[in-house]
Amino acid sequence: MAIEWRKDVDAALAEAGSAGRLLLLDFTAAPM
Amino acid sequence: MHGHFLPARIHVKERPALFERFGARWTPTVLVMDSSGVERHRIEGFLPASDFAAQLLLGLGHLAFAEQDWKEAEQRFGEVLEEHPDTEAAPEALYWKGVARYKGTGDGAALGETARAFRSRYATSSWAKKASVWGQ
Repeated sequence: MAIEWRKDVDAALAEAGSAGRLLLLDFTAAPM
Repeated sequence: MHGHFLPARIHVKERPALFERFGARWTPTVLVMDSSGVERHRIEGFLPASDFAAQLLLGLGHLAFAEQDWKEAEQRFGEVLEEHPDTEAAPEALYWKGVARYKGTGDGAALGETARAFRSRYATSSWAKKASVWGQ
């Protein structure tokens, strides 16, 4: 199952907040 | 467990300002943040899948602990021990499971039992040393 990574942190924070979920914020240097 | 989390990924070369904003020092770095944007857990460096899953569970435990939901915290830390007993997260989970139980019940025996548990599991871990004071 592909993970639907968000790329806008502030939008993701807002989305997580309204969904009652935690934000998993992954900093990477690998090719995306 | 994935239902608890909403994933976001930032490439350090594309968004260096975010790297600095969140105090990331290295990649990979994974932050678990609550709905208020407060960091509750940090994982730095690569981990194999089981260790990574254990760290996420540990993060759920720490979040519940921060919210003073002692039962939930004890349960999450217990899940780390049951599902990922051979990871480095396990001794930390054993320690905090005992603390959560103590905080929830006010019964100091929870700490003594935890110290005794460390004598047969994870005895060489730093968490066993921290718990040793409870067993005296």
